[in-house]
Amino acid sequence: MSNRIAARVADFLGRYPPFNELTERDLLNLSEQTDILYREKRQTLFRKDDPTHAFFYVVHRGAVELRNPGTGALADICDEGDVFGLRPLMAGDSYRMEARTREDSILYAIPIAAFRPLVTSYEEVGNFLIESFASNTRNPYARQHGGSLVSTGFGHTDIASPAEMPALLPLATRRKLVSCSPETEAREVAALMTRKQVGSVVVLENDLPVGIITDRDLRTQIVSGQFPTDAPAKRIMTQPVLTYPAEITFTQAQLAMMKSRIGHLCLTRDGTPQSPVVGILSKHDLLLAMGQNPEVLMRAISRSRQIKQLRAVRSRATALLERYLRNNVSMALTMKIISEINDACMKQVIALALEKTGEPPVPFAWMALGSQGRGEQLLQTDQDNALVFADVPEADLPEVTSYFQDLAGRVNKGLRKIGYAYCPAEMMASNPDWCMSLSRWKKRISGWMKDPNNESVLLSSIFFDFNYTYGDEALVRALSDYIFERADSHAAFLRELAQGALQNPSPTGFFRQFLLEQDGEHKDSFDLKHRALLPLTDGARVLILSHRVRGINNTAARFEKLAELDAPNRELYLSCSYATKALLKFRTLQGLQSGDSGRYIRLDGLSKEEKMKLKRSFRAIKELQDLVALRFKLKTGW
Amino acid sequence: MVDKGPLEQARGLFRSLWHKDASAGPQGITGQRFVVVDTETTGLEPIRDRILSLGILPLQNGRIRVGEGQEWFLSQEVFDHRSVPIHGILKEGPHARIPEKEALLAFRESIDGAILVGHHVGFDREMLQAACFRWGLPRITNPFLDTELLYRQTRIKSPLLKRRDRYTLDDLAAEFNLSAKDRHTALGDAHITALAFLHLIPMLRAKGIFTLPQLLKVGRI
Repeated sequence: MSNRIAARVADFLGRYPPFNELTERDLLNLSEQTDILYREKRQTLFRKDDPTHAFFYVVHRGAVELRNPGTGALADICDEGDVFGLRPLMAGDSYRMEARTREDSILYAIPIAAFRPLVTSYEEVGNFLIESFASNTRNPYARQHGGSLVSTGFGHTDIASPAEMPALLPLATRRKLVSCSPETEAREVAALMTRKQVGSVVVLENDLPVGIITDRDLRTQIVSGQFPTDAPAKRIMTQPVLTYPAEITFTQAQLAMMKSRIGHLCLTRDGTPQSPVVGILSKHDLLLAMGQNPEVLMRAISRSRQIKQLRAVRSRATALLERYLRNNVSMALTMKIISEINDACMKQVIALALEKTGEPPVPFAWMALGSQGRGEQLLQTDQDNALVFADVPEADLPEVTSYFQDLAGRVNKGLRKIGYAYCPAEMMASNPDWCMSLSRWKKRISGWMKDPNNESVLLSSIFFDFNYTYGDEALVRALSDYIFERADSHAAFLRELAQGALQNPSPTGFFRQFLLEQDGEHKDSFDLKHRALLPLTDGARVLILSHRVRGINNTAARFEKLAELDAPNRELYLSCSYATKALLKFRTLQGLQSGDSGRYIRLDGLSKEEKMKLKRSFRAIKELQDLVALRFKLKTGW
Repeated sequence: MVDKGPLEQARGLFRSLWHKDASAGPQGITGQRFVVVDTETTGLEPIRDRILSLGILPLQNGRIRVGEGQEWFLSQEVFDHRSVPIHGILKEGPHARIPEKEALLAFRESIDGAILVGHHVGFDREMLQAACFRWGLPRITNPFLDTELLYRQTRIKSPLLKRRDRYTLDDLAAEFNLSAKDRHTALGDAHITALAFLHLIPMLRAKGIFTLPQLLKVGRI
């Protein structure tokens, strides 16, 4: 009798090579003879030279590592759907590798006796095995795009890439090339330029550039009467034509135009006049590109007199962001530049609001919280902020408070106008709870620390990433001193914070299956923020607090600092830093693509490749949670 | 017998204590055959209600024997429409049905010498014993292990932590991240229970439960 457990095993196997080649009947027959095993992590499945098992294995959930026993080097990690322990059985050989579970794993043990006949009857199965044994990886298809997470770029180090400096990014040539032959009459050239709305044409002979005609040439040579309007192009064109390679960067282009005092560069495939033309770059193109330059944006921000202008500038920053991401500018640099722009926008909004409300009665400081405070808000999501003002006599408090609430209300409104939505949890300075005097802030924080509970941990986890934005920095420093003086004496609070860092279920539990949202609007989507980024952010925060390091808010930067402070776990921290940047980039690209926050990902929209790569970065999260649990003597999920 | 040095002997003893080898001996857990059992019934009254389907999934040496898994659908005269929405088994469903007695005999044959395992298995036992009684069959004498009891053993005991009274199969599935596919079918539930049981063994080992008598002591009902 066929049973439904066998059918379930078949369902799973059928999704992976080489089992996907089998007919339903053969697959089911194989599945019925399969055993299901569970092994905790770090259990040895077989050692080198062990007598071979009667089974080979397929990872159902979890991960298994294969090591070379001599060198101890990691040869391979088998993920969901990967086959291992098969080669020796086919070759009649003993095990050459040592197999150990890397995570708690469920394995399918398939008897070789049942599988061997299929190798001969299915050509594809045989080929698959030959290929995978030859390439010495379990799956010849899996290695095609090893390495990075999304498409190309961002290697582990993410430094020193040629695209490190944004000014050196290749410029995009937008317009279609407009060209004419050397014999074309000047009149026709002018008509062509008018029709195509361009300021220049390339003169091509046998597809190679021989000259260029610009508005200026028509003006100086034809309109001035020097040549008749039917003069051929070759008489009036500027030559020889200066050619540059298509990958010219912003700075190179600027220099070339300055050096030769020309307004148009002719770009050819290899940069010589002997190769085909791929585009023309004008001063105008350069100016447009410059508009997406951070310095220009910063200047535009500080010159904005109205919220409306700021809004336009801020939206240009999003174009800049997209260009950086697509060109693999390092995430560290991208985060820095975008958060500088965010910061400048906020400062300007506050400055404009202050013009309306008049001089503040006492010094105050504006703080960015949450992702803004960590310098990780790449897309314009919601605003989290708070305000602290200097202590005043009790009698003046109501009046002073009402001034700052008015100010904060204007700022929040202004920020919303330029694209930052209101915080759904109302963690904004216009909320009286987030707009207080220094001593009241201290009292509140001390309350959180003394009596930690779920709510206070949530509030403080957002609050503790605060970053000074505007006003009197001393106030923010006083607050941060206060926290660090107390963090030590309230071990219970740190523990609670650590517990909070474990609360977010890791992305795949301890199995490798993506945990999808169960209901609501985002049913069946993967919550990248909650399940992947938050555990990293929370972990970094509590660890950095426990090391009493201040002034580093950025999660990736925190991990890098931790790698320095806690050398034994250096590798883990560095992989967490990498995972943070990779996931943030993934999220941002998702957000740009779908025009939202990028928080929820539809898995069916991802390639298997992307899923596997996502999962690889999830490993660091699990290990980080284990480390936090150990350090603060907590229990993880189970 | 090869003469082993005392050091070697001590090492061996240490290893067997340290590793799970203690569970591989004659009193060991590993070699014992377990049969995970689950019934779907018309209701909750062992006397009045009837078994609609019966699933078993044998397990030995830490392996679930998929090929030995069986599911019997029983033809029953007593039928309570209330339980249909849960199990989705209609009295004359798409499955081939066999008489209750035939199913019981087949079941008894496949559990010979096995320890039976189930979630809230006390109920399944009552249903099975009542059915055996109806057909004049002797009582089932195999020991029954309840995965809820076993799971409870692995929880931390602390006056600060509120312990739940009941842990459902869904709770265990969530804890161990097991797919709830085929939930509320006899064999599907047996599969989830079997996987949960496999997870529990090493957790119990960490609590010092290495041998069959120890296991039965904490989990037998």
